Amino acid sequence: MGFPHASHAKETPVLSQYFGDPAARTVAGWKQRGGYVALEKALGLTPAEIVNVVKDSGLRGRGGAGFPTGLKWSFMKPGDGKPHYLCVNADESEPGTFKDREIMRWTPHALIEGSAIASYAIGAETCYIYIRGEFTEPLAVMNAAVKEAYAAGIVGPNAMGTGKRIDVHVHKGAGAYICGEETALMNSLEGKRGNPRIKPPFPAVAGVFGMPTTINNVETLVAVPHVLNRGAAWYKGMSHSNPKSTGTKLFSVCGNVAKPGNYEIEMGFPFKDFLYDLCGGPTPGRRFKAVVPGGSSVPIQTMEEAEATLMDYEGFVAQGSMLGSGGVIVFDDAQCIVKHIARFARFYAHESCAQCTQCREGTAWCTRILERIERGHGTMEDLDTLLDLSEQMTAKTICVLSDSCAAPIVSGIHKFRSEFEAHITGKRCPMGATAAA
Amino acid sequence: MKVHEVGGGRPGGDTSHAEHESGTYKPVFVGSAKQELDELLTRYPSKMAALLPALWIVQHERGWVSDDAMAEVAQLLELTPAYVKGVVTFYTMYHQHPVGKYFIQVCTTSPCGACGAERVVDALLKHTRCGELGATSADGRYTVIEVECLGACGFATPVMVNEEFIESVTPERVPQILSQYL
Ligand SMILES: Cc1cc2nc3c(=O)[nH]c(=O)nc-3n(C[C@H](O)[C@H](O)[C@H](O)COP(=O)(O)O)c2cc1C
Ligand code: SF4
Ligand code: FES
Repeated sequence: MGFPHASHAKETPVLSQYFGDPAARTVAGWKQRGGYVALEKALGLTPAEIVNVVKDSGLRGRGGAGFPTGLKWSFMKPGDGKPHYLCVNADESEPGTFKDREIMRWTPHALIEGSAIASYAIGAETCYIYIRGEFTEPLAVMNAAVKEAYAAGIVGPNAMGTGKRIDVHVHKGAGAYICGEETALMNSLEGKRGNPRIKPPFPAVAGVFGMPTTINNVETLVAVPHVLNRGAAWYKGMSHSNPKSTGTKLFSVCGNVAKPGNYEIEMGFPFKDFLYDLCGGPTPGRRFKAVVPGGSSVPIQTMEEAEATLMDYEGFVAQGSMLGSGGVIVFDDAQCIVKHIARFARFYAHESCAQCTQCREGTAWCTRILERIERGHGTMEDLDTLLDLSEQMTAKTICVLSDSCAAPIVSGIHKFRSEFEAHITGKRCPMGATAAA
Repeated sequence: MKVHEVGGGRPGGDTSHAEHESGTYKPVFVGSAKQELDELLTRYPSKMAALLPALWIVQHERGWVSDDAMAEVAQLLELTPAYVKGVVTFYTMYHQHPVGKYFIQVCTTSPCGACGAERVVDALLKHTRCGELGATSADGRYTVIEVECLGACGFATPVMVNEEFIESVTPERVPQILSQYL
């Protein structure tokens, strides 16, 4: 069910089935809904068996990069004598994305269950759920659920009565988009500034507290109990375009659309149906102009591209963008693309951790130039300067925040060049959006 | 609407001088706050890892994080005050200055911007009589700041008042919302 609206017949509610149902938030309510069966089953398997099922299912990371989850877990070597850690990435700050928030708000025990299974599979006795500080309600719900799970003996020194220790702690962030980057999150958890680390070493070798660590997104982990309960073949069956993209995916939809909210579909679902049917199309009297389909860090799509897209990792790439975090941002014909790309750039300039020159300087300069163009003071040379700056910001820095700033700029200039040129030649915003900015 | 300089946008402005609490400093970590910290320390293999949670306790107790409080936290976690300050300044949610009784955060990132967030900001500035972003109203009641994506983009425009998260705020709803925070 794609909260806040009622479920659409074309949705496949697996992860979102109990969104909007407060009774699912307690241990008893969760157990009534089939919860903690998968954890019990998992603790009876060997870690390697669990890793293999997850590998077979084809589950890939839902945090943005789409890395195969089972493969990531296989990098951990249980029994190497070192403490292992699981970090749960609940920092959800990518503009356009608000799915992990609903998972934690409505089904906190799904996350505890998935995290406990993952911890056992990677040989970790401690799991930290790092939640962004602004998520006051998800934080309260998760804290209450963790407390209840301890009291019920589900987690703790004797998890599910098996004698295995699985500690789960909620850790509250303090405001910084960059802490969603995996190594920045680890630094932040250690009580440091949230600066991303140079890789290698990768987290599986030296992660949080210098120990082998796996980090996974909230949505990735809540899929795991379903995979164990219903099997890898069932999960793999939910794939309609490319066999490398399996399962269901939650998409958060926002911007100028009739029914914003979360929608859960099977991989390969046609984006055209998604936008016009599930999400109800544009608001009355408007037309869609552009879509940023995977959170603000991915290239912008024209409607032509969007309408031809099959929604999976490969499908978005084939149509000039990326699946990213699944945050679909829709702009209609009343919106100025230049204004929004300038605003995206401002976001990255604000969030850059400032370690790398290309990122620190590049994000700030791109913002200034884009805002100048938007106000009608730009030149045609500015467009070349932006493309040049963007190239210097791509694939040259410690993390990909810098690349993320460049992606909407480059794609915006290429796909909506006439809008940029109209600002320059007309010396004003043709949509009249400038005054409000 | 006032536009922030790139990289700026933190409330309070001038941080060049030390911010001390008035009178003699009363430690935060006594009684239940100390117990809470002691429990937190059992969760991590290092004392330093309790720094963000400890700063949250300070802010919860005092409303902001003063230099004196940073020094207290530093001593408890065996860190230097300069180190603690370096961490505090990295994160946007710790207040390094006292703020209004109600600290109001409004998302103005693109998705919310496309749904009219700027008009919500204008309405908030007007009805709180803050006048400009980052300033505290003369009666000490409100501070309004613009923030980046609050992770609730489908519920544009989200507004936070202290710990309270309010979805789908429109300019029309602003007076009624503010009437609950007097
Ligand atoms: C700048 C930046 C911000 C990120 N923010 C998040 C985030 O908020 N949540 C998330 O799960 N992943 C985020 N990621 C991706 C993580 O680094 C990491 O790939 C992910 O948590 C791995 O989990 P997964 O394999 O389950 O997807 C971000 C990456 C970058 C570069
Ligand atoms: S690319 Fe930007 S955000 Fe990433 S480490 Fe470098 S300066 Fe920090
Ligand atoms: S853009 Fe406003 S909450 Fe995400």
